[in-house]
Amino acid sequence: MSWDIILGVSLESLINATMIAYALAAIGLNVQFGYTGLLNFGQSAFLGVAAYGMAMTVATFGLPFWIGIGVGLAGALVLALLLGIPTLRLRADYLAIVTIAAAEIVRLLFRSVSLSEWTGGSDGLQAFSDDFFALNPYSSSLDIGTIISFDQRELWVMTVGWALVAISLLIVFLAMRSPWGRVIKAVREDEDAVRSLGKNVVSYKMQSLILGGVLGSLGGFIIALKNAAIQPDTYGTEFTFYMYTIVILGGAARVFGPVVGSMIFWFLLTLVNAVLPEAIAEGYIPSWLMNSNQAGAVGYILVGLGLILLLIFRPQGIFGDKKEVMLDGR
Amino acid sequence: MRRAVIIFTAVLGFLFTSLGFGATSALAEGETLQGTLINAGQPVAGVVIKVADEGGSSIGDSTSGADGKWSVGVPGPGTYKVDLDTATLPQGVTVTTGRSSLTLSVFEGAARNVLFPLGSAAAPGAEEQEEIPGSSNLSRVLDLVYTGIHFGLIIALAALGLSLIFGTMGLTNFAHGELVTFGALMAFLFNVTANLPLWVSVAGAVVLGGLFGWLQDRFFWGWLRGRRTGLIGMMIISIGAALMLRYLFLYFFGGQTRQYADYVAQPGIDLGLIAVAPKNLIMDAVAIVVLIIVSLALVKTRLGKATRAVSTNPSLAAASGINVDAIIRLVWMIGGALAALSGAMLGIFQGVNYQMGFQILLLVFAAVTLGGLGTAFGALLGSLVIGLATQLSTLIIPSELKNVGALAVLIVIILVRPQGILGRRERIG
Repeated sequence: MSWDIILGVSLESLINATMIAYALAAIGLNVQFGYTGLLNFGQSAFLGVAAYGMAMTVATFGLPFWIGIGVGLAGALVLALLLGIPTLRLRADYLAIVTIAAAEIVRLLFRSVSLSEWTGGSDGLQAFSDDFFALNPYSSSLDIGTIISFDQRELWVMTVGWALVAISLLIVFLAMRSPWGRVIKAVREDEDAVRSLGKNVVSYKMQSLILGGVLGSLGGFIIALKNAAIQPDTYGTEFTFYMYTIVILGGAARVFGPVVGSMIFWFLLTLVNAVLPEAIAEGYIPSWLMNSNQAGAVGYILVGLGLILLLIFRPQGIFGDKKEVMLDGR
Repeated sequence: MRRAVIIFTAVLGFLFTSLGFGATSALAEGETLQGTLINAGQPVAGVVIKVADEGGSSIGDSTSGADGKWSVGVPGPGTYKVDLDTATLPQGVTVTTGRSSLTLSVFEGAARNVLFPLGSAAAPGAEEQEEIPGSSNLSRVLDLVYTGIHFGLIIALAALGLSLIFGTMGLTNFAHGELVTFGALMAFLFNVTANLPLWVSVAGAVVLGGLFGWLQDRFFWGWLRGRRTGLIGMMIISIGAALMLRYLFLYFFGGQTRQYADYVAQPGIDLGLIAVAPKNLIMDAVAIVVLIIVSLALVKTRLGKATRAVSTNPSLAAASGINVDAIIRLVWMIGGALAALSGAMLGIFQGVNYQMGFQILLLVFAAVTLGGLGTAFGALLGSLVIGLATQLSTLIIPSELKNVGALAVLIVIILVRPQGILGRRERIG
């Protein structure tokens, strides 16, 4: 067992670009689910629309990168409006079903052959990130000790990513201590009470959906830039389920919850995914019990089990307050 | 006969590729043409299959292995001509459609299944019909209508259980798809691993599915109800359960799609304008009988009446002496059994895969929401609408987008009539 490599990749996943992307997505979801109580099961579609908006603008239509970012953000905003208008008046479980269906529609459209001229079908798109990496100030890779190493491209994505995380957290922190944030939290606690105070609940929910969607879409940019490629299947429903696990793990309705949740989630998942194949190769796990093909499934099984156990025994996660977690509806 | 080929290839090919709901769908491996050659239940080895592109230049060839499987990788999406070299077939075996050369399109990233139905040359049905190439529009529509109803019935079996569970305990169960997969896998275990006849296997799967549903409620959901877990909490728990079960299935069953041992490439019987494989008709009949029995039981029996009472108002039902927990447990058992039957039928229809239940889950949700959440008969109606909508939409839009059509119907209905076709207004508030 090469423990230094296992420990290295696990420690890297505490701060690397994947973790940042999930943290941004979860920060957006936290605004919707944690603070407002909206069961948005289509958050992956916000990331997908933003990433495809950017990539299609650059790779398909040949426009500059910055316009691509604008198109991506506008796409997330439009998606929030499209999703919100029919569903925000409905009960929580209807919202969940419609958002998950909408996210699948978006993904199926991205991967469809008929639109592959623009979207690249199931292969996705590449060659949209040159302008971004042209700005890269790093010229060499960063090595911390002997076990952690990031190349200069990932370093640049990470720098931008952490800046975005910081800005997002600041926005959420300021928004939630403002009068607007108090109304949002009141909507989660008792919609009718807020309505009786003369507030337009649907409008507040819509604003929350848009804010959360746009913050989450930043994660879509980070994933796309980190891979320098996009594929439709990245943005499937399991992505959204991971985000829920992260939000609940860190603590819903807590500013730092999603970031801490994402760090712990990826550290543990990376550790499991690194240890198991090694343990099988070294014979520590007998082959009748598990082969290397099966090892890949174990991470997912543990994520599902973790989500169940968290919600049963500690729904407030690590930092949350049990009173603030919206788990009862109808 | 040709209709049967179309139904089969449409199902095997398109459902796998375009129903690829899973985020982890393993479709991005490059384009392939593949198939399994089976004659009278036995794999046929040593048959040469040649693939050429549209221009006629050869891409590659493959010889079927001991398990009857062959596969040819192709350079990219496009239209390809697949030739089965009839000279390499064993003595007395022919392609029963008489068409040993097929022209097929392969989609991006998709493994396209190609079916050459084999039979002995002397067998009845081999000389059945020499169909005129080019199908009439009417028969194509009828074909889609039949497939739509067939698929709708499969959805209905799963939707009825989901709707009953939602109605009685208020849980939107995201792990219902895994009950469907469970049924298909248990039938596979009995049929292929234990070599039992298919109908015994399906019956066994239904019993085990009911047991699985009962155990889930006895040891898990009932316990959560006792702890007063919130409904949204339970809904997210069901997502965790779905994730866990799905990957447990992957762990034990593996990632590939497999077929049951019996009736894999059953030739269709001619019904005037369309040809349908008898196994599909038998499955339809079973599904219809089961749905009628469950519906009648809901309306006529005391337990059915109690179930509907719990759906309408659990506290009032409890106050009038109905044991709400026992009713919910019964509903989980029935839901599990129905889902298992649905899964076994889906497995016969399109093969067994660890994420098949997850793949139809959204269509089941669409059906249930369309009919009205929590209403049993709405679920049946909604399922047929969804089944027909997915199939008939292929007349207008590419078949890879047919699920987009069904899901879009769901969103439109929610806009226009949020309570669904048979739902009541107050349920949505």
